[in-house]
Amino acid sequence: MYDINALYEANSVEQAVALRLEHPKAKIIAGGSDVLVQMREGKLAGSDLISIYMLDELRGVTLEGDGTIRIGSLTSFSHITKSPVIQAHINVLGEAVDMVGGPQVRNIGTIGGNTCNGVTSADSASTLMAYDAVIELTGPGGKRLVPIQEFYLKAGVVDLREGEIQTAILIRRESYEGYKGHYIKYAMRNAMDIATTGCSANVKLSEDKQTILDARIAYGVAGPVPMRAPSAEAAAKGQPVCAETVAAFGKAALDDVNPRTSWRASRELRLQLVEELAKRCLTEAIQRSGGDL
Amino acid sequence: MSVGKSVARVDAIDKVTGRARYTDDLTDKGALVAKVLHSTIANGMVKSVDTSEAEKIKGVVKIVTCFDVPNYKFPTAGHPWSTDPHHQDVADRLLLNRRVRYYGDDVAAVVAENEVAAAQALRAIRVEYEEYPFVLDQVEAMQEGAPLLHEEFPNNILAHTGYENGNYEEALKEPGLIKFEGWYDTPTVQHCHIENAIYEAHMEGDRIVIIASTQIPHIIRRIVGQALGIPWGKVRVIKPYIGGGFGNKQDALYEPLCAYLCTQVGGRRVKLDVSREETFVSNRVRHAIRAHITTYVRPDGTFVARRLESFSKQGAYASHGHGINAKAAGAFGQIYRSAACKVDAYTVFTNTPAAGAMRGYGIPQITFCIESHVEDIARGLNMDSLALRRKNMMEVGYKDNFSKNENYFDSLNQCIEKGLAYMDYENKRREYANQTGPIRRGIGMAIFWYNTAVWPIALESSSCRMVLNQDGSVQLQMGETEIGQGADTAFAQMAAETLGIPFEDVHVVSSQDTDITPFGTGAYASRQTYVGGFAIQQTASMMKERILRYAHELTRMPVCNLDLKNGVILRTTDGRELLTLAELATEALYSLTNSQHITSESTYQIKTNAYSFGCSFAEVEVDIPLCKVRLLKIINVHDCGRLINPALAEAQVHGGMSMAIGYGLSEQLLFDEKTGRPLNNNLLDYKLSTFMDHPDLQAEFVENYEPTSAYGTKALGEPPACSGAPAIRNAVLQATGVSIDRAPLTPHVLFERFKEEGLI
Repeated sequence: MYDINALYEANSVEQAVALRLEHPKAKIIAGGSDVLVQMREGKLAGSDLISIYMLDELRGVTLEGDGTIRIGSLTSFSHITKSPVIQAHINVLGEAVDMVGGPQVRNIGTIGGNTCNGVTSADSASTLMAYDAVIELTGPGGKRLVPIQEFYLKAGVVDLREGEIQTAILIRRESYEGYKGHYIKYAMRNAMDIATTGCSANVKLSEDKQTILDARIAYGVAGPVPMRAPSAEAAAKGQPVCAETVAAFGKAALDDVNPRTSWRASRELRLQLVEELAKRCLTEAIQRSGGDL
Repeated sequence: MSVGKSVARVDAIDKVTGRARYTDDLTDKGALVAKVLHSTIANGMVKSVDTSEAEKIKGVVKIVTCFDVPNYKFPTAGHPWSTDPHHQDVADRLLLNRRVRYYGDDVAAVVAENEVAAAQALRAIRVEYEEYPFVLDQVEAMQEGAPLLHEEFPNNILAHTGYENGNYEEALKEPGLIKFEGWYDTPTVQHCHIENAIYEAHMEGDRIVIIASTQIPHIIRRIVGQALGIPWGKVRVIKPYIGGGFGNKQDALYEPLCAYLCTQVGGRRVKLDVSREETFVSNRVRHAIRAHITTYVRPDGTFVARRLESFSKQGAYASHGHGINAKAAGAFGQIYRSAACKVDAYTVFTNTPAAGAMRGYGIPQITFCIESHVEDIARGLNMDSLALRRKNMMEVGYKDNFSKNENYFDSLNQCIEKGLAYMDYENKRREYANQTGPIRRGIGMAIFWYNTAVWPIALESSSCRMVLNQDGSVQLQMGETEIGQGADTAFAQMAAETLGIPFEDVHVVSSQDTDITPFGTGAYASRQTYVGGFAIQQTASMMKERILRYAHELTRMPVCNLDLKNGVILRTTDGRELLTLAELATEALYSLTNSQHITSESTYQIKTNAYSFGCSFAEVEVDIPLCKVRLLKIINVHDCGRLINPALAEAQVHGGMSMAIGYGLSEQLLFDEKTGRPLNNNLLDYKLSTFMDHPDLQAEFVENYEPTSAYGTKALGEPPACSGAPAIRNAVLQATGVSIDRAPLTPHVLFERFKEEGLI
């Protein structure tokens, strides 16, 4: 039994926007795997909710004419993992969201909810960051596109403005074509857990597989929001495919992160993980790209 | 013959189809809902409770605070009552507390028409506290000047016991001895049964009826009577199927409060459904034990003098108290022999959740400490640790003077042999010696000691009732309880065996109702198959004798020449089948000349106990840079006597191994040092191990028929949880060369130790 004050069910995106304007304090609920948990804990007890869960137009993964991958915000984790478009072009995202919680949560949880929640540990977030995903928001003035790095404002807060709902996550052709990636979720157990640190890296190699043309890396739980590691990326870009590059990549990542000590893990352990996971993700991404290490 | 077969559980179909009814299925949908308000300080006094805002909330029926409850102090431990006041459990509980002693103590309770109103009311109650300093660590709590929890217990010491075998101080003077010393630490963990504790209470006349998710219905009746200050017979406890207990429900949790609340709302039905967060904090936890072990060893590995000082974290209330550390201390002196052994065991109050019974009752804790220490000695002597164990472990023929237990068989070596074979231990041990590189493998093992039931510390008896139906089938009622472990099935197998009827013809009345069910103390101490077995054997024999006497009436054959086998009355002299039990039973009930309702009921008190031994082997892969242990392979081998039901025995071992894996690698309840607040009292942040964290769980057995037992059986409920964690720890030691002296071996601990040892 949940302490819900009022529930407004949207039947279209326009209606959802109207409801948002009408009830600015109401929380948006999609799959409910975060909202209902917080409600049970008492944090959101007595809230008004706007449900967008029935908006099937926001479900599914499609490849658009210009090669953009469009992931509807209500697409569940399990559907992302099984999507042929994802598997063909950005399989690492499917692998990453397959590490969320357990099967039940992956069936109900949505990628829109995972990003709008604004938490640094979200399993989808670091891979989306590492692929320069673009967030599509629909509001009273129509659509607005925001790079995912700008979407995250601070811990638990995203750039979701008055009347807006998130309607899609877009990944442009130039962001994924030629790239292969790898995600490591480091957690205290192998299922039903949140990441102590999550790391997603991808690379684009030269045709002869000897040179790293581009490398991108993002972390969850290395800071208050999911974050890229530009120093690491710079340390690898243009460099030869070799163990020294991998080591330099891992070291450089330490310049970019600022994890904190909490009872969940010490700063020192997280730093150890930041370096080690960077190396392992890059190594795997290079190998997936046909590089030899 | 039914015993020894892997027959399907008697409750299997009901449980897998969802037809089995648990407390929540049985509660009235119109029942009022009760919720408990918990203290938000770790130590202090409630100065006032303001319920005025909460009372205005629609749907709130009644609010009871710590200022309202009766002043009957009661004990909560699910032990058999002792009529000797010196052996009674410590009575330190009230229904609600003004003097709060841990973060999560019970301050007030709300009864409302629904859950939402009850939760809103809890949030609206304002409590004013006077805060005292608090202490979370059991060794700190013993020091002079530490905050005192209970005035009756100076230095917070609930109990201190010790013993000395031989003369320790003299023994260690032997020239040439090598000293080994270590501190070992085990964590606070929780049972994490699937079904949280849940109760419904209502009144019928002037009596209180409680449906309770408990392991110990007859004991709960007594404790509710004590807590409410009413005659015990005014309380009726009904125990339906329950979703596990592991010892947490071998304690009075909120049964007394739920019963009291129903009396405060005119005897209306009140349901108290404990949340998972409350289960972690406001029920019971496992005692964290810290042990200081010193061993003096000859260069050939012979243990000469052994010393244990152990400190058990009791938490805020006595509950099962010192029993846990006392059992651990007993194991220390028995599992390994030495010329002298000196033990001091302390149980100490702290401002943390009360520790009670939990599967293994001190033995998982002390086994981690002992088996880590023994492995460290072997390493120090550069000796094979298995050889060191074999040299010093309890010998065949050993007899304990207190329990009169005897080590009849070479169980430990027999179990070890099976483990060695399954693991290919010797080869792997050689293969994994002297590794380098970031990813390393290791293999390790540990042995354990256990005993069955609670005699001679407390009463051991069991009662049983059998009733013959018209068709020759039998109802079987036991005071001992089914808590998921398969007890009902084992009881039915034993009953069928002794009666001489088909297993299918035994109908177990699974639910206990203290108004109806014969007296039994319930599920704990791995006792039920052993202790219940005597009552079943005796009652079934009496029943069979009655049946054969009636058969004599019908057949005129002498009773001494009659037998009942597979539901048929036989003439033993020539094997002729005279009549079926069904024919006899129908005649017996409806006879116009000699009608009898054939029943049997008896109590059997035992004055024996039995050793139960075994071991675990584990193989791990350690990722040093990531500070992670992956468990590759694990086996438990047990000698629990003859197996009543091999498949159920195996399942029992699997469950215990899963607990041991969590104990060794991931589980630990954490508290904020600054406030005493629990940090991870939910199943996300408390790292209970999952299927994904387990390799295949292998269970094997050595079946030495237990000579003191009615059916050759002895403890298996708890032993599977005892030796897995140190086996894993010792495997990590072989892999990395790093000894880790505290469980669980989390990445946090490995990171610190690998740093210290220069591995990362």
